[in-house]
Amino acid sequence: MTHPLQAVITQTEQVILGKPRQIRLALTCLLARGHLLIEDLPGVGKTMLAHALAKTLGLQFQRIQFTSDMLPADILGVSIYQRDSGEFKFHAGPIFAQMILADEVNRATPKTQSALLEAMEEQQVTSEGETRPLPVPFFVIATQNPTNQIGTFPLPESQLDRFLMRIQLGYPDAQAERGLLAGVERRDLIAKLTPQMETAELMALQQQVRQVFVSPALLDYVQAILRHSRESARYVHGLSPRAGLSLLAAARAWALLDGRTAVMPEDIQAVLPGVASHRLQSVQDVQISDGDKLARELIEAVAIP
Amino acid sequence: MKLTAPLVYGLIACILLVSAPHADHLPLWASAVGAALLAWRTYLTASGNPLPARWLLLIITFGSVLAIAISFHTLFGREAGVTLLILLAALKLMELRALRDATVLVYLSCFIIITNFFYSQSIPTALFMLFTLLVIMATWVHLQTGTLALKPRLRIAAILLLQAIPLALVLFVLFPRVQGPLWGMPQDAYATSGLSDTMSPGSMSKLSLSDAVAFRVTFNDQVPRRDQLYWRGPVLWDFDGTTWTRGRNATVQRPTLSDTGSPVDYTVTLEPHNKRWLFALDMPSKLSIAADFAPDFQLLSKEPVNARIRYNATSQLSYRANPLEAPLQLRRALTLPRGFNPQTRQLAAEWRARGIGDDELIRTALANFSQNNFSYTLEPPPLGINSVDDFLFTTRQGFCEHYASSFVFLMRAAGIPARVVTGYQGGEYNDLGGYYILRQSDAHAWTEVWLQDRGWVRIDPTAAISPARIQSGLRAALPNDTALPFLIRTQSPLLLKLRFNFDALTNQWNQWVLGYNSERQFAFLTRLGMEDVSWQNMALDMLAGVALLTGIFTLLLLRRMLPKQADAVQTAWLKLCRKLAKVGLPRAPHEGAMDYAKRVAIARPELQQAMHDLATCYVALRYGRANEKQDVAAFKDAVRAFKL
Repeated sequence: MTHPLQAVITQTEQVILGKPRQIRLALTCLLARGHLLIEDLPGVGKTMLAHALAKTLGLQFQRIQFTSDMLPADILGVSIYQRDSGEFKFHAGPIFAQMILADEVNRATPKTQSALLEAMEEQQVTSEGETRPLPVPFFVIATQNPTNQIGTFPLPESQLDRFLMRIQLGYPDAQAERGLLAGVERRDLIAKLTPQMETAELMALQQQVRQVFVSPALLDYVQAILRHSRESARYVHGLSPRAGLSLLAAARAWALLDGRTAVMPEDIQAVLPGVASHRLQSVQDVQISDGDKLARELIEAVAIP
Repeated sequence: MKLTAPLVYGLIACILLVSAPHADHLPLWASAVGAALLAWRTYLTASGNPLPARWLLLIITFGSVLAIAISFHTLFGREAGVTLLILLAALKLMELRALRDATVLVYLSCFIIITNFFYSQSIPTALFMLFTLLVIMATWVHLQTGTLALKPRLRIAAILLLQAIPLALVLFVLFPRVQGPLWGMPQDAYATSGLSDTMSPGSMSKLSLSDAVAFRVTFNDQVPRRDQLYWRGPVLWDFDGTTWTRGRNATVQRPTLSDTGSPVDYTVTLEPHNKRWLFALDMPSKLSIAADFAPDFQLLSKEPVNARIRYNATSQLSYRANPLEAPLQLRRALTLPRGFNPQTRQLAAEWRARGIGDDELIRTALANFSQNNFSYTLEPPPLGINSVDDFLFTTRQGFCEHYASSFVFLMRAAGIPARVVTGYQGGEYNDLGGYYILRQSDAHAWTEVWLQDRGWVRIDPTAAISPARIQSGLRAALPNDTALPFLIRTQSPLLLKLRFNFDALTNQWNQWVLGYNSERQFAFLTRLGMEDVSWQNMALDMLAGVALLTGIFTLLLLRRMLPKQADAVQTAWLKLCRKLAKVGLPRAPHEGAMDYAKRVAIARPELQQAMHDLATCYVALRYGRANEKQDVAAFKDAVRAFKL
């Protein structure tokens, strides 16, 4: 186990109780240089998770609360005329931070959503003809309410694809809930968190992820999964090549998090629900398809070659 | 695999496809019941309503069986059997509850495919059935694989069919053929439409509306002129006032041809027509198959022609036919029914009274047709009891049978022995296949008169009134607005070419697929180099061929599976899994090595360390960078040493 990472996990687990798996998936996402979408009900700790991670990793943190009257400039920033100098000066928006929490991203209008998603994809912001790079590392955790709630603009599939993973937090179990209720105020805990890692260290880890070994046998397995998702009559569309790349990247990060230098099928299986759940749609009920369940079915349907 | 809606739709489609061609000849009520059952099942599947109760199905079933028994007076035989099969298949859909039922339905549809060939063995039917088989196979693949989408399903089905083709070829070529039609039911083996051995007003014109093929002819060297193409069929002697019949020949003597000239050799492929007569050009002198030469030059095969046959024949285009005809036969050729057609008799008597010779009299009779406003039509007005009188003096519109009938009547009334000959005239040349097609629409009736020293001479009264019929065929002889079957109407050159192409293909299909009988088989196998063609040898070769092909396919399949097994690490790991499976701890196909080790450790704590080591080692070897030879060997040893 890589040491500083273990410290990050341990410290985050003290704040977010009973969710070790989600914490690891979030970290995996960060290490694989992807972005994370958390879909869950309000109040289950989405913001807390993002906050705790930022604090522990020592990253600049910005929270953007999305609302329906928000405009792209509210995120990216605006140029304002300076009376004394007679020039326009760019006031950077909240997106210029290493870690962004885009809260309730599906409450904003599609125009604003796409401003954020474009910045995520390009790692830069172009405003009034001038391109400004975003800080590195750049990690977005977006949260969204379940799409059947009132006043939401659901993200289209093409934009969902920009997120490496989509996870759900869910309610804590009884023991964790007890600890939560009996323990001290969470905000105080976060304030007390100390950075466990230098930014350079984090970037070195991101570099290491790319070196994690993937054997031909494992590629066979990934291909078998992709092929099955495309041939099966259960899904509207199969997984895209980008989904395959994402799956591999996430599995590499997961293996590194586990302290290994090679990916094994269990890594694929561990990240597959996160990576595939927002990319799969059931044929039977397009409206209420449980992506996690579909992903688990996909795992069980494909034999490890 | 559950009985999902797509699977049920697939099964409905199978039953629909196999039974749809039968709608043509099933009783209307049976088609309606079948369609209603399929529609009902589709509705039930779409709406998710439960299947009908068993008692209701039982009532429908017994009702159907009863209705079949009433319609056909039997439950057996082709028609009743097919109807029963289709209705029961549709009813089976209504009690489709388990996967087993689905399997039964798939097999049943395959079986019903065969019944379609009872009715038609044409290329379109075969192609349609091939498509149907593809759908059935795809449904079957669906049944086996469950979640596969339509496209890969169809691909697998197509591959299976393609693999079956060489096997089918071997079986087709080598399966020992038996003589005679396969199904042993000559009476209804083929739909009958063709020349009969009687002729009454309207019988020929009715036949002319069919474009069905009667036979095809290939000439070996020179081709006769079109006006010499008289294909001789039944010869009709006896007349009862309305209908001409063959009657009974007064002699059994083989007729004689003398002063023959310009012989032609040709091969006829005759479509089955369930009658004994064969067709040959006037006058046949030699035939390659066993047949009787009736005294009136009619060729009769030993058995009714209920399968397509081929024969070579030689005919003489110039001849003197039976100049020494038996007196009894000549008397038959002069007999007229008493009391009919007085006007015609009178006319013949008037001509005779002029004291002219037979030749002159024949010319007068023909001139009578060509000069007195007679017309050639497919839709002549009806004739009364004195049909010849009505035709000659009142209506003056008729088809070939009217002209032949009245001409023979005139001749006999005038004392010249005459008879009606029916058959086909002309033919359509297919220059792609190099053969003539004779259709039912080429059916024709002409006459022969017997003249002293010259024997039987062919006279075609139709030629006198409508020379175009003889020179260019029926289409040219009739007005443009006459309702004729599609194939006989004038067509664009492109359509004509397409039609000829298709008929040439049909001809090959008839010759080589449908007509592949024991003789053809013998000839073909001999040409292939088989030395002793006997059914034992054929059966042996057939089994050997099937075994060889199965072997090749097996090897091909194995080769696809082998590379997966080739990995030594994987092989050893699978061995370990088999060992554990024996003690009731099988690895799920999707289970990773580490997960599996953990699960085994929970069930058998004493194995925890060993399993952990083995799984770690396996993962390192298979998914890690290290793949040293000695490590692999060590892993193999460890697996071998692993005891339970």
